[in-house]
Amino acid sequence: MASEMNDKVNGPAAAALLAGGIGSAAMGVITLIYELDDKSGFSKSMTWYKPVGGLSGKSSWAIIIFFVSWAILHFIWKDRNTNFAHISSLAIALLFVGLIGTFPPFWHLLKGS
Amino acid sequence: MEMNVREIWTVVHGMVFGLIFLLGFSGALYAVYSLKAEWLTTEGMTRTVNIIKVYLWGLAISVWAAVFTGAWVVYPWYRATPPDGTTDLSAFPRSLLLVNESTAQWHEFGMEWKEHVAFLAPIAATVVAFVVSYYGTQLARKIGERRAVMIFFIFAFVAMAIAGMFGAFITKAAAVR
Repeated sequence: MASEMNDKVNGPAAAALLAGGIGSAAMGVITLIYELDDKSGFSKSMTWYKPVGGLSGKSSWAIIIFFVSWAILHFIWKDRNTNFAHISSLAIALLFVGLIGTFPPFWHLLKGS
Repeated sequence: MEMNVREIWTVVHGMVFGLIFLLGFSGALYAVYSLKAEWLTTEGMTRTVNIIKVYLWGLAISVWAAVFTGAWVVYPWYRATPPDGTTDLSAFPRSLLLVNESTAQWHEFGMEWKEHVAFLAPIAATVVAFVVSYYGTQLARKIGERRAVMIFFIFAFVAMAIAGMFGAFITKAAAVR
């Protein structure tokens, strides 16, 4: 009982997990949009550093989105308990969005090539 | 046994930073899995958690270093465009792979997957290190949280393993020199 009273809230953990899922999904979605048309304005805007090409912007955006979403979610949930089961399930699902979005055969499937 | 600067950086990227994470993964995963109140004394729990925290942050740092050295140091050499009229493409690995149908897929599938999926690993590994650090010994009582952490960690490993495997194969087919 005493140990339960001292239990930390799950908000910060949920925030980190969900932010990880969001960052992963961001990488997948950004990559997918880029690969569907690598001549578009969006894709050209991903070249932040020419020697690295589009990967420089794609990866940087994913990392920025990860840390920013983590900061926001942590601020909102830091003193609260959340529905951890739902949030962690969503986070894990978003990890797989990232995995699928970065998988080249998926790009070709959507492009019809 | 001489290596030039590019080869050294390629080794640092894959065989140092990448390998630290891939080799260290299983021990760290087991340590998190075994963080159970019924398996450890209070003192054992505290000692294990203190070691796991350092271990996980070390692995997270290593995987960030792997993807950054890969993307920002080695990758530019890999994808450099050869000057017009170049016939010897050995210093231009991407072009070397793409010029032959039998090797093109190493780039179009292997490198294209590797360069993107790798970035999922440090994100997931950082989350794992944070959650374990946040809960500390309380993680032993948090079955759902521990399970979520292990899933994230396995995901990080899978992403790194894909990147590492294709890195090794691509280096064999067209090394960065």
